[in-house]
Amino acid sequence: MKNIFFFIRRYFTFLSFLLLQVVAIILLTRSSTTHEVFFSDATSELTGNLNKRYSNLRSYFSLGETNRQLAEENTRLKNLLASNNIAPDSSRINYTDTTVRDSSGRYRKFTWLPARVIGNTVTLQTNFLTLERGSNQGVKKGMAVVGPQGIVGVVVEISPNISKVMSLLHRNSRVSAMLKKDNNAGSIEWDGNDPSILILRNVSKSAKVVKGDTVVTSTYSANFPSNLMVGTVSSIVADPSSNFYTLKIKTATNFFTVQYVYLVENTRYTEQVQLENTPMTNQ
Amino acid sequence: MSSLVKNIIRFILFILLQVFILNEVPPLHRFIVPYIYFLYILWLPFTINRIALMLIAFAFGLSLDFFSGTTGLHAAPCVLIAYIRPFLLNLILPQETIEQSYSEPGSKSMGWAPYSLYVGLLTFIHHFYLVLIEWLTFGDFLYFLGKVLGTTAVSLLMIFLAELLFLRKGKYRTNAA
Repeated sequence: MKNIFFFIRRYFTFLSFLLLQVVAIILLTRSSTTHEVFFSDATSELTGNLNKRYSNLRSYFSLGETNRQLAEENTRLKNLLASNNIAPDSSRINYTDTTVRDSSGRYRKFTWLPARVIGNTVTLQTNFLTLERGSNQGVKKGMAVVGPQGIVGVVVEISPNISKVMSLLHRNSRVSAMLKKDNNAGSIEWDGNDPSILILRNVSKSAKVVKGDTVVTSTYSANFPSNLMVGTVSSIVADPSSNFYTLKIKTATNFFTVQYVYLVENTRYTEQVQLENTPMTNQ
Repeated sequence: MSSLVKNIIRFILFILLQVFILNEVPPLHRFIVPYIYFLYILWLPFTINRIALMLIAFAFGLSLDFFSGTTGLHAAPCVLIAYIRPFLLNLILPQETIEQSYSEPGSKSMGWAPYSLYVGLLTFIHHFYLVLIEWLTFGDFLYFLGKVLGTTAVSLLMIFLAELLFLRKGKYRTNAA
């Protein structure tokens, strides 16, 4: 017993070094798998607050660009308005139904919430965005994040007023996507190389891909609505050892300038994920 | 200004510099990431107790991690260099002379050659460990090698510039202080 105490006393510095290392590594592994960090609530409020001030300052420099994007999106949306399509020979007017549940049995699957980006990195291997909207304002984990030009990422961590989004530019990010013209699905990843290029893996070699093809979110995704813009094919690599293409995708979203985004909630998200993750009982 | 106040201000400034300026720099290449925040640990005074040094380094790394969303990624290398620092200083410095008359490491107090050896080695160790952790979670070997060399070179360049820009006066430690 005495020897143990002697040992501890003698190597106290080294032991405390080991202890701190272990704590750091545990924090790291916990945060990258579950994103539930110990003091995440308090600290993300604090860092979110600082980020907000900084982004307030920076937003002045990109006001012009943001305005252009919003105006462009407005025209696009206005063109989609039902009131633009009036049948020439009819006295009826089309109304769009905005209730949650309408009488013909359709239900609302996606709700869209606007949010402001107050923190954003593109230079690291694990990039996150911070949004000024949290659980008090209806944000939930797993919600999809979509920008004016294309998809941006997925919500991974929330506090009452701030939420944190795993950007598409994160080494662990996976989003299901497909080619617009023939619906061949694959998965969008990032190789950590260039913030404007994503990788689309597992596209079957039977797909007739050419440079410039549009890639949109697939119908298989639980959190993303289908047919949202992801990007365009910029180069095609046929993997000789497998039956799949690896495509490089030029992102539609410019991650350097993203200012406002929409959070998309799938009202049946939990139900779908729960069912998909249930282990098979009788196979 | 007392050494404590000076180091607290430095703590905040280094974190803000790294988070709001260097992490916002558009990426030139995937191997080149500007890191300078750990210079804070290299500049801490000689006299700090080794355990306190490691605790400070841990807190420093962790507060950077909270901004970048990677809890623990920067804390681990910071603790490592804080642990190695006293050994290295003991090796490099002639005993009894400098350590007692100057308060913190610097080109003035140690001389250019020993100081660059000290900075160079610790920078390399820091990046080696940092990229090693990143590499274990994802990536390939070429990425590991390239990034260690790339980031070390960029950091050393920036530290050199910082030394030229901010000539820290090698303050003598008097009996009164």
